[in-house]
Amino acid sequence: MAADSVEPLLALEEITKAYPGVVALDRVSLHLHAGEVLGLVGENGAGKSTLMKVLGGVVRPDAGRIRLHGREHPHLTVAEAGAEGIAFVHQELSVFDNLDVAANVLIGREPVRGGLLRLVDRAACRARVAPLLVRLGADFGPDARVDALSIAQRQLVEIARALSMEARIIILDEPTSSLTLSETDRLLAAVAALRAAGTGIIYISHRLGEIVACADRVTCLRDGRVVGHLAREEINHAAMTRLMIGRDLKSLYTPPARPPAAGGLAAEGIVTAAFPDRAVDLALRAGEILGLAGLVGAGRTSLARALFGIEPALAGTIRLDGDPVAIRAPRDAIRRGIYLVPEDRKRSGLVLDMTIAGNVSLPDLPRHARAGLIRGRSEIGAAEGQRRSLGIRAPSVSVLAATLSGGNQQKIALAKWLAMRPRAILLDEPTRGVDVGAKGEVYALMRGLADRGVAVLMISSDMEEVIGVSDRVAVMHEGRIAGILERAQVNEPNILRLATGQQPEDSVAGRAEAAGTGVEAA
Amino acid sequence: MGRKELGLLVLIVAVAAITAVLNPQFLSAVNLMNMANLIGLFGIFSIGQGLVIITGGIDLAVGSMLALLGVVFLDLVANQEVAWPVAALAVLAGGLAMGLAHGALVTRMGLQPFVVTLCGLLIYRGAARYYTGDSTISLGFADGLDTVTWLAAGRSFGVPHSFLALAVVALVMGVVLHRSVFGRYLFAVGRNEEATRYAGIQTGAVVTGAYVVAGLLAGVATVLLVFYTSSVSPSSFGSFYELYAIAAAVLGGCSLRGGEGSVLGIVLGTVLLQVLQNLVNILGIPSSLNFAVMGGVILLGAVADRHLVARRAARIRAPAGARTAPAE
Repeated sequence: MAADSVEPLLALEEITKAYPGVVALDRVSLHLHAGEVLGLVGENGAGKSTLMKVLGGVVRPDAGRIRLHGREHPHLTVAEAGAEGIAFVHQELSVFDNLDVAANVLIGREPVRGGLLRLVDRAACRARVAPLLVRLGADFGPDARVDALSIAQRQLVEIARALSMEARIIILDEPTSSLTLSETDRLLAAVAALRAAGTGIIYISHRLGEIVACADRVTCLRDGRVVGHLAREEINHAAMTRLMIGRDLKSLYTPPARPPAAGGLAAEGIVTAAFPDRAVDLALRAGEILGLAGLVGAGRTSLARALFGIEPALAGTIRLDGDPVAIRAPRDAIRRGIYLVPEDRKRSGLVLDMTIAGNVSLPDLPRHARAGLIRGRSEIGAAEGQRRSLGIRAPSVSVLAATLSGGNQQKIALAKWLAMRPRAILLDEPTRGVDVGAKGEVYALMRGLADRGVAVLMISSDMEEVIGVSDRVAVMHEGRIAGILERAQVNEPNILRLATGQQPEDSVAGRAEAAGTGVEAA
Repeated sequence: MGRKELGLLVLIVAVAAITAVLNPQFLSAVNLMNMANLIGLFGIFSIGQGLVIITGGIDLAVGSMLALLGVVFLDLVANQEVAWPVAALAVLAGGLAMGLAHGALVTRMGLQPFVVTLCGLLIYRGAARYYTGDSTISLGFADGLDTVTWLAAGRSFGVPHSFLALAVVALVMGVVLHRSVFGRYLFAVGRNEEATRYAGIQTGAVVTGAYVVAGLLAGVATVLLVFYTSSVSPSSFGSFYELYAIAAAVLGGCSLRGGEGSVLGIVLGTVLLQVLQNLVNILGIPSSLNFAVMGGVILLGAVADRHLVARRAARIRAPAGARTAPAE
């Protein structure tokens, strides 16, 4: 890309930020040229977010300089960052559900008419927003209501907002953590278009595949320090992983200790409200990890919610070890050892304002109670045991769940089920927002459960994860099981074909498809 | 005792000390007993209110419930000559039924608690007035009520029985709220209803339970109040009491967002409100300013609390931000 002699768009020099007891950033330097994508990688806690907050003017560094377009600033304010054309697309979406797309994109900068009345000029809004949406390849118009859009579409709204501000530097912070494959591809295409137009982009992601696909250079942070830069030709998974965690990550896949057993959880003709005219059949064997891939909205979460009783199935039978079980509410599932770790950890998986112990014991409180009164020692002791065995990094189980990192929160969401003898566990996007190291621990936990005879279902949109962790992969497409891939057939092209409604090259999955139900007999 | 309760206690002691200095009559036995009686009467239904608020709801109906249950109780014992234990049970059953109705409307029909209990406030008040033809019912000279009058409005060792009743209710509800499984569920539902449902808890039943307990406590308070006033005027009895209850709960640390609060806090909130009422009387402040004084102190308390919370959060956030902020 641009030669070093050219003045960079942005240069951070020796940025340092210390909090009592922690050095969040230790003399961090990096630069970004126009028309360049800089991949910023690092585990959670490495300092990426603090660095971005410095750029956004939210955090004021203790030392160091920020050079923007050749001008030097000791620090930025939020207003300066905006004026200098720095725009953020956050991992946590900041769109307004109750407004339409055009209003979201132009919020605070609406074209007005009517003189002193300052009426919003809706026609002008639409005219300004429509071309931006086209540029991003969005399949919705400026009039669409945001509450009707998927998370992926909302993300495009945020990017459109950045574009509308003529941003010269766009920072994408985990933009794809909830996107499907095709949506990710579309986003990467949008990134490529922005780069071609001369925008400088900082791309932060845990999904290394995307970094490989789009980054011109990579800067890696670890413990608040820059631990290495990679040039375009050096960017690959192994190199980035080595920098991030300081060691090589072995292949993710660990084979099961023994072949899957006879029993398990079976869905027969399950119909959900999302696809009232499609029936799903899926057999989940005890002792296996079954990956459930597919596009967001393919019906994977609806299936899991039906199996757990959050939104009971409209029709069909659920069998546990061959016996039909009636599941009309979560407690019906829980009573039988069928547990769900939901997709949205902060909303559904945890009570963030409760302690670790309170969260771990919540589904099993009566066991820690006598005559309706909670026995604190029993509750704390059990939670403490889980904290130690799962390696939850927290000073004690009496701290609020909200204070922990994503990976540790996810371990709590898992921990509450582990003490309750699971027979089938359904994990919906179990490593979303979880850093590389903690991901490995979650995978090990899943494998450990499977080896103890638990049937494990993993819904995931992360291709590396689906391929790397699953014993078999079921792929959903528009509300039905499009096919099931055995370990030997699990690869990206096969999953992709099934997920997009095509036939896999492989004959076995094809047969399952031809059988009409898409079910592999266990 | 948490930070909030301690702050409240300090405030109560300060207000009481200032009042006592300005008018030593404040500490006279008669005045203290009078305050204790009112604290007992108001504290009981305020605890019910607190439970509802902890689930993220609100109970605007409690004042009108007191009126409706009050006229029914008086009519039964004074006019219909029903034995008082039967009438008392009927009042408790009535409170329970109303609580059950509120809970069902909130959890089954998905109506907002504010709307449900606002309608309750209007309906029960109207029903109470219609029931008596808008006239006051009084205890009169009904027979066989000496025992219950003593039980409800009497004193032992100088302590009003209503205050003792509050002590018992507070003790029981304190254990329920802070030690029991049900209490834990109340807090969990108030903090995150969805995550609680995902943990297999029937959140609808938990929320309904809070309204039922509030209804029962309103029934208990009704019986005590009726013997204190010995007559019930259906258009004014219990009027505005829902606001006293909400004020006590909020002063006591219950957040209207739900998930926060303690029984001790609610009791202390009630104490502060009654001390303020008393202060207005005893210092010769025009009684028309009664509500204004209460409102002013509550506002000051909320501002001070907000300020302290913000300062504490800033202290916590600085170091914690460095550790956890980069996580997401």
